[in-house]
Amino acid sequence: MTALALAAAVRSGARTATDVLEEHLAVIDRLDGEVAAFNLVTAELARAQAEAVDAAVARGEDPGPLAGVPVALKDNLCTRGIPTTCSSRILEGWRPPYDATVVTRLVAAGALVVGKTNLDEFARGASTENSAFGPTRNPHDPSRVPGGSSGGSAAAVAAGFVPIAVGSDTGGSIRQPAALCGVVGLKPTYGLVSRYGLVAFASSLDQIGPFATTVADAVACLEVMAGHDPLDSTSIPEASPALQGVLADGVDGLRVGVVSELLGEGVAPEVATRTRQAAEALAAAGATVEEVSVPATRLGLSAYYLIAPAEASSNLSRYDGVRFGLRVDAPTTGEMMERTRTEGFGEEVKRRIMLGTYALSAGYYDAYYGKAQRVRTLIARAFAETYADHDVLLSPTSPTTAFAFGAKTDDPMAMYLNDVCTIPTNLAGHAAVSVPYGVGDDGLPIGVQVLAPALGEAVMGRVAAALERSAPTTPPPTLGSRPADATTSGTDTSAEGVR
Amino acid sequence: MASPLTRDDVAHVARLARLHCTDEELDRFTAQLGAVLDHAEDVASLDIDDVEPMVHPYPLVNVLRDDEPGVTSDRDEVLAAAPLSEDRQFRVPAILGEEA
Repeated sequence: MTALALAAAVRSGARTATDVLEEHLAVIDRLDGEVAAFNLVTAELARAQAEAVDAAVARGEDPGPLAGVPVALKDNLCTRGIPTTCSSRILEGWRPPYDATVVTRLVAAGALVVGKTNLDEFARGASTENSAFGPTRNPHDPSRVPGGSSGGSAAAVAAGFVPIAVGSDTGGSIRQPAALCGVVGLKPTYGLVSRYGLVAFASSLDQIGPFATTVADAVACLEVMAGHDPLDSTSIPEASPALQGVLADGVDGLRVGVVSELLGEGVAPEVATRTRQAAEALAAAGATVEEVSVPATRLGLSAYYLIAPAEASSNLSRYDGVRFGLRVDAPTTGEMMERTRTEGFGEEVKRRIMLGTYALSAGYYDAYYGKAQRVRTLIARAFAETYADHDVLLSPTSPTTAFAFGAKTDDPMAMYLNDVCTIPTNLAGHAAVSVPYGVGDDGLPIGVQVLAPALGEAVMGRVAAALERSAPTTPPPTLGSRPADATTSGTDTSAEGVR
Repeated sequence: MASPLTRDDVAHVARLARLHCTDEELDRFTAQLGAVLDHAEDVASLDIDDVEPMVHPYPLVNVLRDDEPGVTSDRDEVLAAAPLSEDRQFRVPAILGEEA
């Protein structure tokens, strides 16, 4: 059942939020041993929220547009008094003293927070293999990764544990796992959703967004989360675009460009085929579709892997064992900091910190970080020129379907190439959404990406909804027929158990 | 153009970032980070000094609230998250060689 259908049932009194919640908790309890989507299931918190929703309905009040909808939060979103780990040892035992703005807004809209989902440590990765708690499995095939870094949120929606989950996207971390798990994943315009309470990775690129099974559910969640927040100085003051009402408007007369640079080398033939089918479907629905060249997007990957690690190395300097999280004791503060960081961070995080520190260091700043920022300007200019003649652009979301565990862990550059289609949007600060579009030869989901300029969510939503209507079916995962993996511990829904 | 990344470079940035690397890690990181920097040559080799750098999606301005007391985080709640605190302050080991 979709989030909007559940909310309608709860708001009308046809179902109670408590009933909806218990049904979802039972599924999580039974099946998350196979998926390991959750770091923590917050059953007691969600039960209290469900009771408040039901009490509001009983009083004749409207609990809000997401009344009684169970949501899962990526575990880099702060939840007051509830462990927030970023799937890192270094935040062991930390309980944030405040809620992220999106958490406050979702709860105020009647949503029920059922748990915190697994991610690549500090959102660095494309497979959820870099988690201190072990990997999450793709619900469509337990031998494959769910993508990342928001792999837990994508898998939780794909497995039917929750109708909506929230993630963060710095270079594709919502859209790529959404594509690999066969769900909708939306990265909003930079600044549309407040980042207050999102643990920072690369502050000029990070943005929070929804996962859902339908485009309508995704934009409903976005509408709740979007809007100016005085607690985030990069939050844009403009009113958020109205989205739900435009989804049925169709694509007649819209100008769609298929980005040729993102369909070439490195993209699996089956993925390119699905993307071309999606373009044909839009043309059949009345859009003008043509292939368009945006050469600067080719430089996105290199620019991103200089800018994001540079910002990350700066943001991660705060983990020093002084104010929160892990401390590994030593006789002096300097040694304590080094031991804490050495033992607390995983290998990929260390790699990115060192890469970023190098790109920012004396003698290399201009050659690497400075140059990458100039390339960012080139990419933004190229998009601006392209959008003068196009309403949206189309590309694959990920160059391949879900890959096997361990396939790319020893070769960081191969892992980074997963983000080649998604990165340009983050560098420009624009919006994009991944929509499931059938499966590949291996039977695994493929996602097609719709890109739009800043605050272009409405036209992007119309195109995404049209794609959804034309999409070949993605068979649902077949969970429950396999024994739970003994290496990934199950979740405890009776209390707040940390994995 | 920048010289190829050396093992000493990696050891240097590890020190700057307060990370300890074993000999084996230094070898591995040197090779892996070198591969990323090799890929980045497509960007690093461009002659684009006349292009303005973009530091952020939007022009940033300072956002200041009115200078009036408001609700802030609770001090005890914040200190409770610290590994060690004393007299309402964070406590750390010796910094300048004095007794801890």
